[in-house]
Amino acid sequence: MAIEKSIEDILEQYPAKVRKNRIKHIVKKTDDKKSEIEANTRTIPGIITNRGCCFAGCKGVVLAPLKDVVHIVHGPVGCSYYTWGTRRHKGRSAQGEQNFLSYCFTTDMQESDIVFGGEKKLRQAIKEAYELFKPEAITISATCPVGLIGDDLNAVAREAEELYGIQVLPFNCEGYKGVSQSAGHHIANNVLMKDVIGTGDAETKPYAINIMGEYNIGGDGWEIARVLDKIGYHIVSIMTGDGTYKELKSSHKADLNLVQCHRSINYIAEMIEIKYGTPWLKVNFIGLKNTVETLRNVAKYFGDEKLIQRTEEVIAEELVEAEETLEVYKRMTEGRTAILYVGGSRAHHYQGLLRELGVETVVAGYEFGHRDDYEGREVLPHIKVDADSRNIPDLHVEKDEKNYRLYLSEEKMVELKKFMPLSAYEGLIKEMKEGGYVIDDLNHFETEELLKSLKPDLFCSGIKDKYMAQKMGIFSKQLHSYDYSGPYAGFRGAVQFAKDIAMGMNTPTWSFIQPPWQQAPLLEGEVAEEVASC
Amino acid sequence: MLNHTPNEVSERTGLVVNPAKTCQPIGAMYAALGIHNCLPHSHGSQGCCSFHRMHLTRHFRDPVAASTSSFTEGASVFGGSANLKTSIKNVFSIYKPDVIAVNTTCLSETIGDDLPTIINESEVPEGKYVFHANTPSYVGSHVTGFSNMVKAMVTTFSKKEGPCNGKVNLIPGYTEPGDMRELKRIAKVMGIESILFPDTSGVVDSPMTGRYEMYPAGGTKVEDLVDSGNSLATIAMGTFASEAAANELDKKCGVPAHVLPLPIGVKGTDQLILELIKITGKPVPYELEEERGQVVDVMTDTHHHFHGKKVAIFGDPDHVIAITEFVIGLGMKPIHIVTGTPGSSFDRQINAILDAANIKANVKNLGDLFTLHQWMKKEPVELLIGNTYGKYIARAEDVPFVRFGFPNMDRSVHSYFPVVGYKGALRLIEMISNALLDRVDRDAADEDFELVL
Repeated sequence: MAIEKSIEDILEQYPAKVRKNRIKHIVKKTDDKKSEIEANTRTIPGIITNRGCCFAGCKGVVLAPLKDVVHIVHGPVGCSYYTWGTRRHKGRSAQGEQNFLSYCFTTDMQESDIVFGGEKKLRQAIKEAYELFKPEAITISATCPVGLIGDDLNAVAREAEELYGIQVLPFNCEGYKGVSQSAGHHIANNVLMKDVIGTGDAETKPYAINIMGEYNIGGDGWEIARVLDKIGYHIVSIMTGDGTYKELKSSHKADLNLVQCHRSINYIAEMIEIKYGTPWLKVNFIGLKNTVETLRNVAKYFGDEKLIQRTEEVIAEELVEAEETLEVYKRMTEGRTAILYVGGSRAHHYQGLLRELGVETVVAGYEFGHRDDYEGREVLPHIKVDADSRNIPDLHVEKDEKNYRLYLSEEKMVELKKFMPLSAYEGLIKEMKEGGYVIDDLNHFETEELLKSLKPDLFCSGIKDKYMAQKMGIFSKQLHSYDYSGPYAGFRGAVQFAKDIAMGMNTPTWSFIQPPWQQAPLLEGEVAEEVASC
Repeated sequence: MLNHTPNEVSERTGLVVNPAKTCQPIGAMYAALGIHNCLPHSHGSQGCCSFHRMHLTRHFRDPVAASTSSFTEGASVFGGSANLKTSIKNVFSIYKPDVIAVNTTCLSETIGDDLPTIINESEVPEGKYVFHANTPSYVGSHVTGFSNMVKAMVTTFSKKEGPCNGKVNLIPGYTEPGDMRELKRIAKVMGIESILFPDTSGVVDSPMTGRYEMYPAGGTKVEDLVDSGNSLATIAMGTFASEAAANELDKKCGVPAHVLPLPIGVKGTDQLILELIKITGKPVPYELEEERGQVVDVMTDTHHHFHGKKVAIFGDPDHVIAITEFVIGLGMKPIHIVTGTPGSSFDRQINAILDAANIKANVKNLGDLFTLHQWMKKEPVELLIGNTYGKYIARAEDVPFVRFGFPNMDRSVHSYFPVVGYKGALRLIEMISNALLDRVDRDAADEDFELVL
């Protein structure tokens, strides 16, 4: 009820046009009816949104973690600079292997490049990058002015490929395209699918999998890989955290694709299934229960008794330590409430882990999710495609007769689909408790008002609104960068997360906010009839 | 770490690697935060605003609010006029600032949006203000953006309308709120009334009270910006960040511009004090003389920690110029000096300082950290001074590192203390000497491990 009232108050304060728009992005979870939410549509100008741009989604999110590639940003200096080392997609390389993660490459366009065109400078930059670094491949990402002045990235890339004999991949991901980072994910997916995936032929071992939509923030991917390795899977590639271009090329040879972040990578997952027959499984490695369920699903997919048994052994082994420690932290977190506003997956994924810690999610929302991320993929055929989405071309792939292969029979797939999210995603809303609210593209004003009225104990969002919450005395955990901690995925990650939020909600510093002289009267004595004077 | 950087420097004309600058709009946004009750507005794609808020928040660990015109492909083709007008309307009705400070981006500059006309046609409530600065990302750097926004404050607000107010305008440059507080304090102890703008103290170093204030107590008030036209004089600190606004004020209102380097170190601060004496005729109080004497005392007592040590310095031009002068005063030898911001006056100012000290060094404006690193590989140094991004090089070359300038995202509390003034000099000496001595301790053999240094 309190939430309903707060939301009504918020909407009431808006100008009519804004209210009309925002009301469609806010949905109350009720068990008896399907909730439709508006998502992936324009943010109204002037609204302080947390959303970023197409470039951020393409270069910043999907491409940047590929560590053996030189990622050149074609544009003025800022776009490359802000995506340099800020996202915490960790990557390590063996001695002698290429790793460009601590570098930032840009054409640093100047006024004359804007006036006379930037292709010449871009050509020169590629030449210099090739000669200096001899990378496995080069990506070139467009920023806003590039599209406007008409630089032809594709032509420059083709020409450079011929000259240097390595792949040079153009990404036309100008910041103004689409309505958020999401458009950039799509553009990156398209090019990687079209030009990279399927071009390699590395040997695979039994139980070959790809981990998709896992960016190894704070080492998440390493914790997931640790457990999968222990069970005995062969990880062909990771898209894209700690990933390489080299591995990506042969990723079509895996037997199963695990999809962690649905929003940013579902296009590749779907296209690989169409082209090569490999299905994808929606996984969730956040929280113990989710991790266990995911591991069991993967084992069941392969169906090998030994693998299933090994999975149970590993789960039992890992749980002993994790459950015990989690229990300790749960004593410090139980009975609290949280608001989650993050990404295209995390506002969903973290609800299970929070529940395990006795924390109830009262409001959740995505920054750049689509309706299918909220309502499940069954709404896909019903999503209206507006002008902004139409501008991002869909890539249509066809069955690759030579490399198409079904790991499981169609009958087996139909059977498995009854029990696990194979090539399916049910979305965030199902995860919410009845009465909870789902808010898309939650903005500064709404955040401030909700934090003030609901006073949650935990606000999980990003750096831009972290300190607003904390000024109010509410602990805020960044779920983009994990406040430079992590991993939060898998068994050990769940423990790390529990430790971090228990610490954050209970740090003694909260008790100092109000000075002692504001808490109780300090002057003692009787009120004299007349004030004595010296 | 940075394993792919070859020792040999090769000429590059197309590719910048590991830049030592970023783009104009973030500087404009930072400057705009220094006006009381002002919301910066970024006229471009959402990503620009998001990146700038992210970066500033990481540096200050305090809320940085700013709105955006949220350009779409349509706006990019047909112009962003409707987006800005809608923004202005929504910002005033929802976020209720007194002032909206609009900065452009490479997008809105490339399509050529006519900001004055759009703002003129916008609905601005009585008593509220909207003004803009042109900040194309493909010209200059974040320091240029700061300078342009400060200049726009003068163009928009400053007025010569009454008798001289007896005040001195202080333009602090792209500095920390701790620096701005210190400059105000120096003026105050000299008994001088000042108008400091922009002033981000009390805005991005706001206290924890249990309440969130979208517009905290700090920031230069609009009436003071207006009144700056009636001041005795303007002291602009830093040619790159502050000179343009001071000259504009001179031109517009006849307030004489005094352009100084950033007052970092004894010599730099002496210059500021001398200028304040010259302008106001006020004597220097003992309080400041005591502070100065303390710095000189410490410099002398510890000169052996610094003398002859080779240093590499990078960062924003005004900061680099000032600290180069300062480390030379400590007896150190700056041999590699880089700023990412373009401008030949950087080379001129640095070379004048180096010539006076008879030091030969590599100097580059519009340089990047890749070049700096290569220089350091060729001719190693014993100390690196620069912003957070220097940590990669410091690690790769195992060189002591002092964080100085913007941004500093991996250490905290820096925004609360000054590097300017005598107080700031003392702090810098402590930072540099701790970095050097920690290294001495780390590398000393047991028998050479000294209790007293």
